[in-house]
Amino acid sequence: MTRDRTPLILLATLAVILVGGFFLPQWAKFLLTIALAKGLVVLGLLPLMRTGLVSFGHALYYCLGAYAGGAVGIVFGISDLLLMMLAGGIAGGLLSLLLGFLLARYRGIFFGLLSLAFSMILYGLLVKSESLGSTDGFNIVPFTLFGVRPDGEWVRYTMLAVAAVVCTLAGLGVHRYLGTPLGLMAPAIRDNEIRVEYMGGSARYAIHVIYVIGATLAGMAGALVGAAVGHIDPEMSYWTQSGEFVFIAILAGTGSVVAPFLGSIIFGVIHSVAFDLSPNTWQLVLGTSLLLIILFLPTGLWSLFGRRLRARG
Amino acid sequence: MDKLIAVLIDGVIYSSWLFTAAIGLTLIYGVMKILNLTHGSFYALGAYMAASVTGALLAKGMEPMLSYAVLFGSALLVALVLAPLIERGILKHMYAKDEVVIMLITYALFLMFEDIIKLVWGVNPYFIAEPYGLLGSIEFGSLIYPTYNLILIGVALAAGLGLAYTLMRTRVGKLLLTVIHDPEVSRALGINVGRFYLVTFTFGSLLAAIGGAFTAPTLSVVPAMGVEIIVLSFAVVVIGGLGSLPGAAVGAIIVGLVRSASIHYAPQFELFVIYLVMAMVLTFRPRGLFSIAEARKI
Amino acid sequence: MAGASNQLILEATGLNKSFGAVTAARDINISIERDSFVGLIGTNGAGKTTFINMVTGYLKPDTGTIVYDGRDITQLQPRDITHLGICRSFQIPQLYNSLTVFENMMIGLAVVVHRAGRGGFFSRGEPVVPGREKPLHAVAEEILASFELTSYRGRSAQVLPGGVRKLLDIAMTLVAAPKILLLDEPTSGVSAEEKFGIMEMVMKAVRDAGATVLFVEHDMEVVSRFSQRVIAFADGRVICDAPPEVALVDPEVLRYVVGGHRAQG
Repeated sequence: MTRDRTPLILLATLAVILVGGFFLPQWAKFLLTIALAKGLVVLGLLPLMRTGLVSFGHALYYCLGAYAGGAVGIVFGISDLLLMMLAGGIAGGLLSLLLGFLLARYRGIFFGLLSLAFSMILYGLLVKSESLGSTDGFNIVPFTLFGVRPDGEWVRYTMLAVAAVVCTLAGLGVHRYLGTPLGLMAPAIRDNEIRVEYMGGSARYAIHVIYVIGATLAGMAGALVGAAVGHIDPEMSYWTQSGEFVFIAILAGTGSVVAPFLGSIIFGVIHSVAFDLSPNTWQLVLGTSLLLIILFLPTGLWSLFGRRLRARG
Repeated sequence: MDKLIAVLIDGVIYSSWLFTAAIGLTLIYGVMKILNLTHGSFYALGAYMAASVTGALLAKGMEPMLSYAVLFGSALLVALVLAPLIERGILKHMYAKDEVVIMLITYALFLMFEDIIKLVWGVNPYFIAEPYGLLGSIEFGSLIYPTYNLILIGVALAAGLGLAYTLMRTRVGKLLLTVIHDPEVSRALGINVGRFYLVTFTFGSLLAAIGGAFTAPTLSVVPAMGVEIIVLSFAVVVIGGLGSLPGAAVGAIIVGLVRSASIHYAPQFELFVIYLVMAMVLTFRPRGLFSIAEARKI
Repeated sequence: MAGASNQLILEATGLNKSFGAVTAARDINISIERDSFVGLIGTNGAGKTTFINMVTGYLKPDTGTIVYDGRDITQLQPRDITHLGICRSFQIPQLYNSLTVFENMMIGLAVVVHRAGRGGFFSRGEPVVPGREKPLHAVAEEILASFELTSYRGRSAQVLPGGVRKLLDIAMTLVAAPKILLLDEPTSGVSAEEKFGIMEMVMKAVRDAGATVLFVEHDMEVVSRFSQRVIAFADGRVICDAPPEVALVDPEVLRYVVGGHRAQG
């Protein structure tokens, strides 16, 4: 049996980011934070994709989390970053708990379409709600951490550090979950749901749990992004945002909990570089990469890394 | 009373637009079981081609009444050139894959086309207002509507009835129905399923392009056009039932009227109400209001 | 075949099931004794698989009840019926194709463990399978060994030869330590030389597990060799219920099931 290297990889990466991140230019700290946050959303999509389900509406929780995080700032005056993320996670968790009763009954394209519909419902509501700033959204209060407002230079490093720690913990958590009996059922559900039922398992229950986990992570990530950018708007719930998450998920593959973060960072790099080179061709680059990956690397980029790691160990 | 009539007329006009825009999507799904996101691309391409060609020809002194033919011609050009390329070049090799994977492939293509459009036509909006204003306007009591909007209704009816006639009354149509029900059996019967897929994809894309082309005179043609139409078309098609032609009509009418009503009576619900209906249909009748009978796997 | 009622592990009474114009089950009354080996025979469409589907909860009878170990299970879901101890194998092996043989076994055990409330996110160490009190992977290896599948353990399920797929499918049913095992055509799709070997292996593993077995079979030699009792179906009804040496020469059975005269070996 191969030794489980994943916790090691996660912790090592955390150390690298905490130490090395200090030396990165401010813009790089920011981009890395955003990449990690989006990786967190995709981490939430990973177990779901293992069961064979692709959510085309995950931005629902991402956006909800951002608005929840922003709301606790404005309504309750809470500016602590961790509390904002907690609020986002709870919001995502509660809504998904509710919607999961319905969604866990769907498969294939219908699951995708229903999740899409819900995310567009939120979009429609937010766009027309004057109190929440409609299409302009609103600004997030500057965040604090444990009561301290980091000053100037330290703002971005603090964000990055928090993001890295949260993502590492989430990665460890999901990794462990996927090793539990319930987590093991995921690929079985994808392969042969009827057999799972005949062996005493409830596919619906497993999917519901996985869905809530994914939504909670997305909600936390949304709050983090809101605080990092300082501003949130309804576009965070638009279908193209969900598309971006799915894109990264495909890029990464479902092979390891490290993959979503890797995929998100690579995506961020491609986006920045391609956008800088030519703002009107970065989607072309993205689309072409997605096409090539689907055609030639159907298990995502991780299959390249995974093979090499296994060959060494 | 006037308001009610306004709701109805606005609704019907919007429905026609939606129907024309969505019918290609449901056709392609029905025959090929693909949820085709390049649908949005063809819509935008149709609009851009129509706007730029019509604009150029009008500037050269073309007879304005011909612009309607040019709109149609632009859509034809776009669809007949690009659709077969896509189908034969990429999709044909992917039919064995999972429907979600194929959908993602069309998503990748959609992303690519977004930029291709920007590269070819630039990012500035296009306006061709002449065809829109050319036909004057019509009065319904105290309400005035540009006559052009009736063209939209006409196009929708032509597309819908034409397609229905083809499916029900012609030999080609009947063969297509066979392919829809069971591609494997159709192949075994000697039907050239691959060619039907090519024709369907091309025709469905043509319909999307026509939708875009005829919409172009009514608004400013911008790169983001395709993005919005995709998710609206999804709503229409899901409500009516994926793959169902009468369903697309019913879906378009429902969405059109619901949106029209909410614009007039409760504007803050305008956008979300469409997706609420979509979610409700998916909840209570996932196969849509008119669905093709399909054996459930689970 | 009647005995004291606490000897009966399964009692199906008055089962009827129709699909539109097709009647798949007409007034089926069957009682199964503990630790018995019962063969179900009949032509295709006679109602054997419908019976199994009703017992396992995949179908609900239009009328009638199914009582298992004193408990009415007629309306329960398949997963609950499995949990109570009735497991089935499939005519076409239902495997997890993208996983290895070992992983296939582990999934089944994982489900059982999860059902028993063990191995959750916060538990420590490897969870122990209820009933066998050994960790998951140990039980998986044991079951694989008893079916001589150990050499295949690392292979992907979709590249297995037909007989091995069958064995794996049946092996997976033993995971939940069932009290009743329903085998749907355990030797179908298996070559003639392998049939007896497979049944021997299955029967031994099952006897060791102490289960009652009902198996659907078309091969009359397998039926006569491995069953103590034969129930014959035709047109949705039970037309014969007797030991194999009696049932397989019964004129009704010969007419509707076996087809013509047949020498018994």
